[in-house]
Amino acid sequence: MSQFGEVDFSKIPQDFPILQRETRPGVRLVYLDSAATSQKPEAVISAMDAYYRNSNANIHRGVHTLAEEATSLYEESRKKVAAFIGAAYPYEVIFTRNTTEAINLVAYSWARKNLKQGDIIVLTEMEHHSNLVPWQILAEERDIRLEFVPVTPEGFLDLEVYRQVLALQPRLVSFMHVSNVLGTINPVKEMIQAAHEAGAVVMLDAAQSVPHMPVNVQELDVDFMAFSAHKMLGPTGIGALYGKQSLLEAMPPFLGGGDMIKKVYLRTFVPNDLPHKFEAGTPAIAEAIGFGAAVDYLSAIGMENVAKHEQEIVSYAINTLLEIPEVHLIGPLNAQKGAVTSFTYSGVHPHDVAQILDHEGIAVRAGHHCAMPLHQKYNLPATSRASFYIYNTLEDVNLLVKGLEKVKRYFG
Amino acid sequence: MEDLYREIIIERYKQPLYKGVLEPCDISFEDENPLCGDRVRIDLRVDAEGKVVEAAFSGHGCAISQAASDLLLEAVIGKTVEEIKALSKQDILDMLGIDLGPVRLKCALLPLKVIKSGVYGVNVGDDE
Repeated sequence: MSQFGEVDFSKIPQDFPILQRETRPGVRLVYLDSAATSQKPEAVISAMDAYYRNSNANIHRGVHTLAEEATSLYEESRKKVAAFIGAAYPYEVIFTRNTTEAINLVAYSWARKNLKQGDIIVLTEMEHHSNLVPWQILAEERDIRLEFVPVTPEGFLDLEVYRQVLALQPRLVSFMHVSNVLGTINPVKEMIQAAHEAGAVVMLDAAQSVPHMPVNVQELDVDFMAFSAHKMLGPTGIGALYGKQSLLEAMPPFLGGGDMIKKVYLRTFVPNDLPHKFEAGTPAIAEAIGFGAAVDYLSAIGMENVAKHEQEIVSYAINTLLEIPEVHLIGPLNAQKGAVTSFTYSGVHPHDVAQILDHEGIAVRAGHHCAMPLHQKYNLPATSRASFYIYNTLEDVNLLVKGLEKVKRYFG
Repeated sequence: MEDLYREIIIERYKQPLYKGVLEPCDISFEDENPLCGDRVRIDLRVDAEGKVVEAAFSGHGCAISQAASDLLLEAVIGKTVEEIKALSKQDILDMLGIDLGPVRLKCALLPLKVIKSGVYGVNVGDDE
């Protein structure tokens, strides 16, 4: 693998121990559920293992060797993640449990300080539950108005309506970069610029974009951005909130406890500086180190190369699936899109499709993918979803097609 | 795979014998599995002795939930409301003739949950 020039993607599956397993004797695992969670390369697993074997200690306090090592590994990871997304400063990256917690942090800290009754928050119809429910809770509590940008039948945001709701002068606009169901890549740069011109702060749910394409927070000029390590080769239990320094500085703490304080008296406290102000209690240290290793692994491949590889796979998947008369694809077909293909199969419930594919070793998702309102919009109780990542190959798509032939054999 | 998608399951999924609605009816209940969107409504007509004389289900879902609904209704015709209350998870699995993992078990047990909620007149929890 090289940082320069062509990457040999055929060798990448070898770096992932789990991809060497069979789901039953003689049947290789074909993992097409990376939009739910990605698999982990040896480099990530061994970085976490090495931390527990050699450097395990609590961070930021002890002066002993292990505490120094653990602290420096943890903070190194923050620097790696910050550099990966082009943040101006490492302390603009707050470690959270996941994307959901990062969005909730903004909802509880920034929004509760800055929003009042009658203020408007703009969301979209394609949002994942994690970018709906925190705002619904807030709206209920503060009597805040939620406005939604509709999704067109082709799977794009209706930007005309977006401009109309921006004219209502919302305080906050929060939307996803890439849809986990449709694969739509939203025109975020233009949307952020338009939101700023309308005077709104922008929160970007980047759970499905940061793992798959180059994302630069300064280029986008985004105010807040949330993403999870586990969808980008890292462990579960760790994610990040990026926030512009000026916004984070002015925000009250989220959770209270150790590490987020400078001084504590019996009745009062002085909050710590960024980023520690938002990281109360002992954090997920090993997971943060695994996150850093994942970022190293992706950086070595290069995110341009990752995006190119996935584009090739998803285009091939769309073209081959379109040839199966029983298969109906959901979301954009021609436009550049994320590494996701959601589909239905005539007369067969997505659960049954997933079950038959599982028998062939193929892991796909069946359900509403935590986007119930979006499925309601398309009048679909559920869909099957195949999602791809760096370790998938064109052969995986061929196996998916073969698996779908089995669906026909059982239900045809 | 042949075990899970036994002929009877595919057959009942594609050509259910008890699909439809009964209006009016004596007992009607509807519920869904929020995780997968399966939805089942069951309507029952009951005679003076409390015996089920007619039954129908409607809704949508996977082969397992739909076949389980159909087989369950076939089994409850002629049974009393008290006998329906006594039905168990194992009865459903016996009807289907398969064993299921935890995720698919939810699909198979949805009609049982619905019919029990109907006869008890309240929403009952998962019977696992």
